[in-house]
Amino acid sequence: MNLDFSDEQKQLRDQVRRFLAEKCPPETVRAVLEGSERYDKPLYAGLAEMGLLGAAIPEEYGGVGLGHLELCVVAEELGRVLAPVPVSSSIYLAAEFLMQAGSDSQKAEWLPKLASGEAIGTFALVEGQGRASPDKIMVRESNGKLSGTKTPVADGCDADFAVVAARDEEGGISLYLVALDDGSVVREELQTIDPTRGQARITFTNTPAERLGPSGDGWHIASQVMDRAAILMAFEQLGGADRTMEMARDYALERMAFGRPIGSFQAIKHMLADMYVSATLARSNCYYGAWALGASPAEMPIAAATARVSATTAFQHCSKNNIQVHGGMGFTWAFDCHLYYRRSNALALALGSLSTWESELIERMGARNAETAA
Amino acid sequence: MDFEDTPEEAAFRKEVRAWIDANAPKHLEDELRRANFGSNAVESEDPIAAAKAWQKKKFDAGWACLHWPKEYGGAARTPIERVIWGQEEGPYAALGGLFTIGHGMCGPTVMAWASEEQKRELLPPLASGEEVWCQLFSEPAGGSDLAGLRTRAVKADDGSGDWIINGQKIWTSGAQNSDWGLLITRTDPTVPKHKGLTMFFLSMKTPGVKVVPIKQANGASGFNEVYFTDVRIPDAQRLGAVGQGWEVSLTTLMNERLSIGSGMSTGFPELFRFCMEAEIDGKPAVEDSAVRSKLAQFAVRQSGLKYTGMRAITALSKGETPGPENSIGKLVAGATLQDLAIYALDLQGQAGVQWDETSPQNGRFQSILMRSPATRIEGGSDEILRNIIGERVLGLPGDIRVDKNVPFKDIPTSGTRKS
Repeated sequence: MNLDFSDEQKQLRDQVRRFLAEKCPPETVRAVLEGSERYDKPLYAGLAEMGLLGAAIPEEYGGVGLGHLELCVVAEELGRVLAPVPVSSSIYLAAEFLMQAGSDSQKAEWLPKLASGEAIGTFALVEGQGRASPDKIMVRESNGKLSGTKTPVADGCDADFAVVAARDEEGGISLYLVALDDGSVVREELQTIDPTRGQARITFTNTPAERLGPSGDGWHIASQVMDRAAILMAFEQLGGADRTMEMARDYALERMAFGRPIGSFQAIKHMLADMYVSATLARSNCYYGAWALGASPAEMPIAAATARVSATTAFQHCSKNNIQVHGGMGFTWAFDCHLYYRRSNALALALGSLSTWESELIERMGARNAETAA
Repeated sequence: MDFEDTPEEAAFRKEVRAWIDANAPKHLEDELRRANFGSNAVESEDPIAAAKAWQKKKFDAGWACLHWPKEYGGAARTPIERVIWGQEEGPYAALGGLFTIGHGMCGPTVMAWASEEQKRELLPPLASGEEVWCQLFSEPAGGSDLAGLRTRAVKADDGSGDWIINGQKIWTSGAQNSDWGLLITRTDPTVPKHKGLTMFFLSMKTPGVKVVPIKQANGASGFNEVYFTDVRIPDAQRLGAVGQGWEVSLTTLMNERLSIGSGMSTGFPELFRFCMEAEIDGKPAVEDSAVRSKLAQFAVRQSGLKYTGMRAITALSKGETPGPENSIGKLVAGATLQDLAIYALDLQGQAGVQWDETSPQNGRFQSILMRSPATRIEGGSDEILRNIIGERVLGLPGDIRVDKNVPFKDIPTSGTRKS
């Protein structure tokens, strides 16, 4: 039995934490929130330089070839500091799509650039309101060209290419690699609840596209890759949940009211204990996810949904109660509470909302039960 | 990361599995698996005799009290071996409920505080299950505020050194089946409350001890009141110094927190099975999106507890002490049990009110509904557990105590409070 990270992985975590403490203080996040840049370029370059973007990318494609457990470690640290960089789009999604379904030449073309940070990739799936499903996909492929609109696309204004789910000529869903610098692509930046991570509306008009993976297999591949990304995203959420719990704890120790630290009031203390409970449940579920990601494809569907539901719940719970513990100060622009509140609610929707993953989890448990019974 | 045993663990598991397979009371297996929450593990035969027989069998083969030293009837096994034993014992572990308090709490306290002679006399029959112990701590006036207890122990005035006990305990699990009790008393009401306590052990057959079962809100009687009327016990049955009782009691309470790895049930697998079978508008309930959301939240609490336990086992396997994360166990399991039972009845519709053998799963969810309020109180209420997490894990300051440094006799009580 070993449901823990190794000593080397823990050293990596310490190293990443020190790096981020220096390169990604809250001012860095605020600069993106308030400024014109959609992500922090020096930070992204620094992550690439340390080999962190390529942690799970094989060496032959310019990565470090460590593994996904190491990437989980990195994700948790990025989540703790709200790193305003396109790692989830480019690494958890685009790189995973290439590694899972890309041809040798597609991998050779893009993976080294993703690992070095020279290029950014993203995944374009949804087309507006509501829960994503195959029959809602209206972007069409015809003769190797795409037309239609995807929105929102995370990091869509900054990505060099996107993996796009589109309806192919046979009416099935296929995936396409699309260079976003093509003149036919129109990208508009969206106003969102969390400006520290960019979102875009992308319109394709006869845009050249190259198929990724087998024809008609798009939804299946996407759902497998999203499971993998969900575990990495869950680690980001876990990092955020832990950090907001600590912020609330620190404030409860320091803030005096009625002549005593507010953390001595049970109303506050119990709220913090409940935050600890959700963060602890999320951590244990995330470790289960990490194990599946590294070692058990059969367990992936349930592990991914479990980690995702638990981490989403924990981060939302902790970030909203962090504001509550801070009282009025927690609602000021100057305090960092809202940065985490924004991120927790944005991450809860990325890759599909909480209710979507809840439904997936139970459907998958039902499928496994039926299998076991058969 | 992996869920594999080390070679040593695998060898131990194999040995345990073979022994259990050859020796467990298999005729009780189905009944033990089906047993409803809050009722006896076994109904088809005397549950006390069945529990004692299984314990004695384990003891004779060297599988009792795995964590105790051999000279006191234990097996001197490592914590990870104890965990593996528990996993392999499976449904038969339910027979051990009679001994949970004795083995987990009273035994370790006797081990830490009694004389060598007493330990050699008292502990082996406790390990073998021939004698059952209970813990006489809670009182009508002192539950969460345990140190507020009022049962008095006074030195006899005949120079014998004996103590005379008067007072009342409550919520004593298994007192009616116990041979011995671990008893905390107040010996000095003129000092602050934690300082005037003294710990004893006594035979439950001592004259003046009277056990009265409590009829609980769910109709069952697992707990008791225990009355002490001029009960005389020798000074040799004192554990620790006079006035040291609070410190002695902490040995017991710390041991309660060490019993990890077992993983409390939340009832989720049963609810999931029910939702596969129950229907909403002609379709399985499990296909309904609102049901799915509810189930998913129960599912991640259940798996979060399971994998939190596995993280603790990981630490034990490496020979390390588990972290504080295990303190969430009962807090999460208790609330989940109750919420889940309420939801299961909701899905049964108006018929959910019915509680008999024709109810789904033999009335399991109705049983959980009626027993789970106690789970949220016994062994530390939800509120005390949140205080413990807040103060010991997160480092928050303690509540301001108005009874601190006040002589016990001057502390206001519900009875003395002026309106």
